[in-house]
Amino acid sequence: MTEIHQDSGLITVTIDGKEVKVKSGEVLIDACEEVGVDIPRFCYHKRMSQVGMCRMCIVEVDTGRGPSLQPSCMMDVSEGMIVDTQSEEIKKVQDGVLEFLLLNHPLDCPVCDKGGECPLQDQTMAYGPGETRFVEEKRHFEKPIPISDNVYLDRERCILCDRCTRFADEVVGDPLIQFIDRGNSTQVNTFPEDPFASYFSGNIVQLCPVGALTAKPYRFKARPWDLEEIESTYPNPLGDRIVVQSSRDQVLRLQGLDSEEVNWGWLCDKDRFSFEAFQNEYRLDNPLVRGGGLNKADKSGTGLVAASWAGAMSIITESLNGTDPDRVGVIGGSRLTNESQYAWAKLAKGVIGTDNVSADLGDELPPHVLLGLPRATISEICSPGSTVVLLTPDLKEEYGTLFIRLRDAAKNQGVNIVELSPMKTALSGDAVASLHPLPGEIGNVVEALVTGDIPREIGGVSGEEISQAHTYLKDTNVYVVVSRSSMAQSEVPIIEALTSFQELDNCRFLPLVRRANTMGALDMGMAPGLLPGRNTLSSGSPVFSDIWTNLPTETGANTKQILQKASDGEIDILFLLGADPLTDFPNKALAEAALQKVQTVVAVDLFVTPSVYESDVVLPAASFLEADGSHTNVEGRITPIRQKITPPGTARPDWMIAAELAYRLGYDLEITGPEDVWEEISSRSAVHGRFDYARLDDEPGSYLITATGRIPFIPVEERIETRPVDSYAMRLILGRRMFDRGTITQMSSSLSHLAEQSQLRINQYDFERLGIKEGTHVQVTSEGRNLSISVKVDNRVPRSSALIYRNLDGADPRELLIEESHSIDIRIDPTSKADS
Amino acid sequence: MSIPLITTSRWDVEDGHTLEGYLRTGGYEGLRRALEMTPDQVHEEVKKASLLGRGGAGFPAGIKWGFLPSDVWPRYLVVNGDESEPGTYKDRLLIERDPHQLIEGCVITCFALGLSQCFLYVRGEMAHGQERVASALNEAYDHGYVGRNILGTEFSVDVILHWGAGAYIVGEETALIESLEGNRGMPRLKPPFFPASIGLYGKPTIVNNVETLSNIPWIIEHGGDAFAKMGAEQSTGTRIFAVSGHVQNPGVFEVEFGTTTFRDLIMGDEYAGGIRDGNSIKAFIPGGASAPWFFEEHLDIPLEKTVVDNEGSMLGSGAIVVMDETTDIVKACHNVVRFFSRESCGKCTPCREGTNWLEKILDRILNGYGRPEDIDLLLDVCDNISPGISWPPKQTTICPLGPSAVSPIASALKRYRSEFDAYIASNAVTPVSVDGVSS
Repeated sequence: MTEIHQDSGLITVTIDGKEVKVKSGEVLIDACEEVGVDIPRFCYHKRMSQVGMCRMCIVEVDTGRGPSLQPSCMMDVSEGMIVDTQSEEIKKVQDGVLEFLLLNHPLDCPVCDKGGECPLQDQTMAYGPGETRFVEEKRHFEKPIPISDNVYLDRERCILCDRCTRFADEVVGDPLIQFIDRGNSTQVNTFPEDPFASYFSGNIVQLCPVGALTAKPYRFKARPWDLEEIESTYPNPLGDRIVVQSSRDQVLRLQGLDSEEVNWGWLCDKDRFSFEAFQNEYRLDNPLVRGGGLNKADKSGTGLVAASWAGAMSIITESLNGTDPDRVGVIGGSRLTNESQYAWAKLAKGVIGTDNVSADLGDELPPHVLLGLPRATISEICSPGSTVVLLTPDLKEEYGTLFIRLRDAAKNQGVNIVELSPMKTALSGDAVASLHPLPGEIGNVVEALVTGDIPREIGGVSGEEISQAHTYLKDTNVYVVVSRSSMAQSEVPIIEALTSFQELDNCRFLPLVRRANTMGALDMGMAPGLLPGRNTLSSGSPVFSDIWTNLPTETGANTKQILQKASDGEIDILFLLGADPLTDFPNKALAEAALQKVQTVVAVDLFVTPSVYESDVVLPAASFLEADGSHTNVEGRITPIRQKITPPGTARPDWMIAAELAYRLGYDLEITGPEDVWEEISSRSAVHGRFDYARLDDEPGSYLITATGRIPFIPVEERIETRPVDSYAMRLILGRRMFDRGTITQMSSSLSHLAEQSQLRINQYDFERLGIKEGTHVQVTSEGRNLSISVKVDNRVPRSSALIYRNLDGADPRELLIEESHSIDIRIDPTSKADS
Repeated sequence: MSIPLITTSRWDVEDGHTLEGYLRTGGYEGLRRALEMTPDQVHEEVKKASLLGRGGAGFPAGIKWGFLPSDVWPRYLVVNGDESEPGTYKDRLLIERDPHQLIEGCVITCFALGLSQCFLYVRGEMAHGQERVASALNEAYDHGYVGRNILGTEFSVDVILHWGAGAYIVGEETALIESLEGNRGMPRLKPPFFPASIGLYGKPTIVNNVETLSNIPWIIEHGGDAFAKMGAEQSTGTRIFAVSGHVQNPGVFEVEFGTTTFRDLIMGDEYAGGIRDGNSIKAFIPGGASAPWFFEEHLDIPLEKTVVDNEGSMLGSGAIVVMDETTDIVKACHNVVRFFSRESCGKCTPCREGTNWLEKILDRILNGYGRPEDIDLLLDVCDNISPGISWPPKQTTICPLGPSAVSPIASALKRYRSEFDAYIASNAVTPVSVDGVSS
């Protein structure tokens, strides 16, 4: 251990009689652990502030003023410190504290979920007295009580370590659970009528050192000693590291894994509890083909019927035979592992010979933005003293663990956050400047912000606010976190803004993606004109043509163009790789027309989504819990995805489906597992050159793609004109909620009910101006399109803006979108004020 | 008595709490004097006075002030008026009867330390005191003794009143700071949270007791040397003691510090006037409920900090509680322990669980469910809260509240163990079995 610290400031301390070198400024309890001296603890957690509450970690410390009893979690090591963790006195103190903790603990271990992985239980075995001397009645509380939709609290088991309450308050800013009462009556609880409705509630269950907090999805499902686990990665854009735990081939729990680079052990509930979806009874476990009565395959049938793999495959190969490659399209692939993406890219571009391949569903930033900007890592962004500019929606809704990291950076690391979001977000309170440019105007606001050439007012932001924010961009590292913050704003204003930022020295970027592994998809060539390793079609052809024999020469179509072509009858066979354009593509009518027109739609998916339902052949794929591979997060970090259970029925990994299809077309993809993919890539991709799949699990997260390859950022030359909102209209924001109608959320029984109804949210000021009442239905129009929707006050939304969250039950705001416009103004029809 | 009254001089003045009465009796002269001096000179006078803190720990105020780092701003003065120690009621009277003296002390202290904000924290239950100090502060603001450009000088200071919410533990300085910040009143660990370096809002903070600050105007007006001339070598000036319990004439008395003895105070006719009904003394608490008890043989000890410390107790908050021969020691002990158990903030495990357990065991003994092994159990639980049960106490807790519950048990068992044994022996009730049900 010691050689790791050779270069940092080391000091000498004496621990249990042995002189050791430890890092200067380290917390004593950690320093002891590093030299192999384990100190028992309950309240201490290195990702949260120290409170010294449980008193379990008391040791004897002498800093020159004689030995004294000190909690080792609240003391930093100092030169010459003498520490005794083993003396008779310390042993008695530890026994005493344990006895105190157990006085009122119900000892219902046989029926407690924590039994078997319980620090209190373990430490009682190691330190505690064997028998109780407490003959009085224990403390009683009603048990357990629900404190949120998914979390139960048993106050009798609680040892008041302050972990859950600290997490809620300090880490995620949802101070909804607190200590109430005092002394021996102290209890953790929520406020009346105010449940612990946090997006991160599952973390407190993982943090709880006893069984006081339990989560509904896991309650009474297993005993810890029956669980097997494997370290893996959750396929979300941040690549949060997880531990997958299963028993009898069923995943029962996902836990956050503390990765220094990414999620620090935290997970949002949407990811943590989503494992339920993959064992849902609606999960696809067998191929389906279009068919009709008597479950017979029938091209003109109205439903889907079960088929064999051979039968399903033959429908695909028959349709492909003789089809012009240009008439084949592939949409999606962000759900897949890097290896499956490579296999599908190889099948599409190298075997079938089409470049109509696009992982983007019309809601991501274009590839040249995602790949072409100099990137920063999350840890760099969160390093002390830097300025972080957020061109993002509310990170708490969409990128939970990044929100947590940035919140910590702003609160504890002295990072200045300059926020440019369409509305107030959960980070606004921690930002040094929080500007809310009108959707569509962000390019103009950023130009003023960067150049310092500031007009009196622009894009709904006052010059004063901009100049105040401007001061934070000087003489420091600036990191820009950017994503499509609203679907009602085109990417052009964002690219304008990014163009301006490039004028700053020391400016780097963290572009965020909407879908899990979009970064991997781009690196594997799943975009028109791209080949793996951030190559263009032309730069990559010489490298790949020996094994990708049928490479197209012309740049193909992106999703929008594929769907356009399809609706024009120019696509005969369309592959949907975990893609649901009917739900996700901004232009729903176009997606509908396209799917109707294409002769053969092949869906490779986990569930019957609306688009899958319209498909002709459906192939069941393995989820991230059921197949090996790797994931690339928004930083370009590659981490392992590990199989824990077997796929249901005959579902198989996506790469295997591609390989089989190629085989039936007469080609050998030469992929028999993820490792084969890397053999091909690493010799051909400069950006992946050093990557060693065999060592992926050794130091997960240490491999980072930083090179931009051959995909340069394309700045915009011509500025779009600023366009004020007229006083009768409102500028539309189309946001995202953590819980929506998304397939995984809806298939998880613990999460599905958390999605709310679609509503139009506007500022109180506009409410009064328009004279409408909360909850009424109004008619909203944009250039002739209209939508009936109920309204709600939301003062996070600036005046003259209106927010609708996408993909919720009820009104679909995609109805209001206008093709090719940079921003959308809506009007609320004054005649529709009356209740409907 | 050749010693002048310093802090209690206006207690018998009918309108001493008003500005008019205060000025008539020489009020705000110390402040005028201070403003003619440099801040360092004022600080120097307080050092010379070697004024010991009157809150409980008895640390010299002048030295405490010197702990402020020279380069960190802003910094604050916090006045600890959360007097809650059972038997202690001197600060209440200082606040009720002479609020201007306290305010003047605050302003002088702020001047000496270059502070511009002072937080005056008054215990929640002291409704009368709150009224008095609030109206005094309004008068002081109106007449330029507090606020902008005090007495026409460049010096400005704001005094902010804050009422407590009824927690004993907030008398502990770091818990008081937490409470001021709007958090639960729970103590912080020292180190690193020594208020002088990391205090209110994370800034250097001086926390002084009401009585300590009430001495400041006199010290500045008459000089530190005049103050130091009174009292013993290390316990200078005068000090207020509150005597309660089984005495003829309970009350609050200002006496010369360090030279007066417990006997003078408890038995003296001008003070508490002896034990009630001609009874003999059984025990007394010399410095608030937290302090280990003294007995008859300790009566001739002077009220001097170091001597009392060496005898194994403390002067603490200056509260002397006298118990005469009719006292049921077990009940007295239970009473004090129950207080600490109910006032534990719940932060540290040994205090939260341990004090409550002690109360329950004593409860049981009193109710006839005592077992012979309970004596050893009591002592062992005490030992787990305060290892070694020594004085000054070692503690497994952050603040001394936990060990405070140990003091009465250790004291009572040391001297009157037989009374505990008698309770247990006369058990009318069958011993309890392990699950708490009598068998």
